[in-house]
Amino acid sequence: MATASAFSYGKEQHLDPSAPTLPGVRTAREAPVMRFMRSEAGKGWLTISPPLLYAVLLLIGPIIVIVANSFWSQDYLTIDRTFTLENYKAALTEPIYRDLLMRSLFVSVTVAFVTVILAYPVAWFVSFHGGRYKGLWLFIITVPFWSGYLLRILSWKVILGYKGVLNSGLLYLGVITEPLSTLIYNVNAVIITLAHSWAAFAILPLFVSLEKLDRSLLEAAADLGDGPVRRFLRITLPLTMPGIIAALMIVMIPTVGDYVTPKLVGGKDGVMIANAIQVQFGKASNWPLGAALAVSTMVIVSLLAGAIVLMLAGIKRLLK
Amino acid sequence: MTALPMIEIKNVDKVFGNFRALDTLNASIGEGEFFSLLGPSGCGKTTLLRMIGGFDEPTSGTILIGGKSMAGIPPNLRPTNMVFQSYAIFPHLNVFENIAYGLKRLRLGREEEESRVSQALAQVELTGLGPRMGNQLSGGQRQRVALARALVMRPKVLLLDEPLSALDKNLREQMQVELRHLQRQIGITFVLVTHDQYEALSMSDRIAVMFSGQIAQIAEPKEIYQNPATRQVADFLGGMNFLTASDVAVNGKGFKAALPGFGAISGHLSGKAISDPAQAIIGIRPERLRIVWEGETADPMISGKVVDRNYFGEVTSLVVAIEGQAEHVSIVETNDFGADDIPVGSDIRITYDPDAFVIMQG
Repeated sequence: MATASAFSYGKEQHLDPSAPTLPGVRTAREAPVMRFMRSEAGKGWLTISPPLLYAVLLLIGPIIVIVANSFWSQDYLTIDRTFTLENYKAALTEPIYRDLLMRSLFVSVTVAFVTVILAYPVAWFVSFHGGRYKGLWLFIITVPFWSGYLLRILSWKVILGYKGVLNSGLLYLGVITEPLSTLIYNVNAVIITLAHSWAAFAILPLFVSLEKLDRSLLEAAADLGDGPVRRFLRITLPLTMPGIIAALMIVMIPTVGDYVTPKLVGGKDGVMIANAIQVQFGKASNWPLGAALAVSTMVIVSLLAGAIVLMLAGIKRLLK
Repeated sequence: MTALPMIEIKNVDKVFGNFRALDTLNASIGEGEFFSLLGPSGCGKTTLLRMIGGFDEPTSGTILIGGKSMAGIPPNLRPTNMVFQSYAIFPHLNVFENIAYGLKRLRLGREEEESRVSQALAQVELTGLGPRMGNQLSGGQRQRVALARALVMRPKVLLLDEPLSALDKNLREQMQVELRHLQRQIGITFVLVTHDQYEALSMSDRIAVMFSGQIAQIAEPKEIYQNPATRQVADFLGGMNFLTASDVAVNGKGFKAALPGFGAISGHLSGKAISDPAQAIIGIRPERLRIVWEGETADPMISGKVVDRNYFGEVTSLVVAIEGQAEHVSIVETNDFGADDIPVGSDIRITYDPDAFVIMQG
């Protein structure tokens, strides 16, 4: 104790011989770094620094590599590091890539809206009528996710296949006379499978935004003359719009890049841009072209996502 | 009261699970009346208000508004509007849009809608605040917007669920006066839920005092205060000295009794029925007991000793041990004659109107 106080006394004297010392005021001057570390902002940065480091190394690093690659060219195994825009020219003008990108965007936007439209009533039911079983309901919703992603896709193969559950069921009921061959190996199959795979990711943000909705606002709307449909359109929908936007983005952005689902249930017509990117990084061994495709997709998806957010914000303003 | 009942509550019960929230309520609220439901939290006053508004249905019994049964009629189809305790201001709309919310459905046309909204804004003294967003308002402003939003619908009945409880004391008192003026000016029925006895007393034409799902008394404020029906009502409406008398005799409209330390006392019944005079409690409000200052004399006059003193600014409350009376009584005296200077332990003399006592069934 005695040494500590003697030391701190000496330190103050040593660091600050000229400053006018007010009695009872700490005058010890710390290094700016130390002072920053003690501030609220500094503590915040310190707290997030491990994940921040992780994100920089494993997220931003690879993106830089990809972007750099997209401006290079490759000849068999050697990378030529001279700047070129040829890859982008190929990625954006060649019909095959343009078609694949358009299809991917169509699939992901459709999946996002289908998923959100199907998830909203589920989230609404759990939030408004879940009562004290809300936790149990959310738990049940996550149960399908205990099995692997691949297993879930393969189970859709079992359902939609030529000799699958749906076809046999319809045959048994006499609705059809021979199995439908249009159920699987096309874009629809990809959409159905993805919409199911991402359901929980849409339900959760929607549930959170519905939970945050002050129930007295709905009572006030009822009191002011609105029936259930108007209450939904004028209160529930605009006030849960942040949840809807979050759910759409959470589903849309990753599904653009999905290549497992189209490969397993999409067939020839269900191939998406990510399959092409995968080929460029794999069999075709053209990293620069794959990188250009990836960057182009990323930019276009971001623009599309921004456009959807703006559109929904506009709709929210109209709902009054 | 007024000839036409606007709201009739007939044998209304409400049961939640095995909890009886409301127990056979009966009341009639007149047209243009300012009616308050007063009681401690959990007494069922808000439940009753929500039933009038249509947010809850009675388990049994009926509620009539303007002579029509409201059974099964949702809030949006009732001639009532409500000011919610939380105000329920729509956060995504500005003040103008909040107030115009209910008008949109009526399709009045832009001009009519705007004139009604600005009239409502003027009524609650918020002119010019139309473009402000709901989440940028102070507590008092939110309260006014909620009020304007309900009034703009021109309801037959305005329901107010503790509308002033979130405001600070000065603003609350100001709003009490304003609400009362507004109600007189527009002349519709107001039903106010409150747990604040002063609010109920100062604003209402009549008050229903409720305890644990039952209405203990319905009367005008003065009657409720001066002649409470039960000990609970008396206690809830401010200080009351509760004393036990002997030889209680009830005859017609009055009663007589012998009160230890006070002697022979009397009072009025005002329509109350005292079923068991032997079990009745005698009460007197602290301000009805007065100090007899030195050099003065009074009849009746009793003496006592000050055992405690509490200073409240404009008044002082003295706790006095009266000779011959086992219970300590409290006296409230305004401070203009120096009641705040009477030291604890001093002997004082007290007078009272021998007719000021009330009798209550225990």
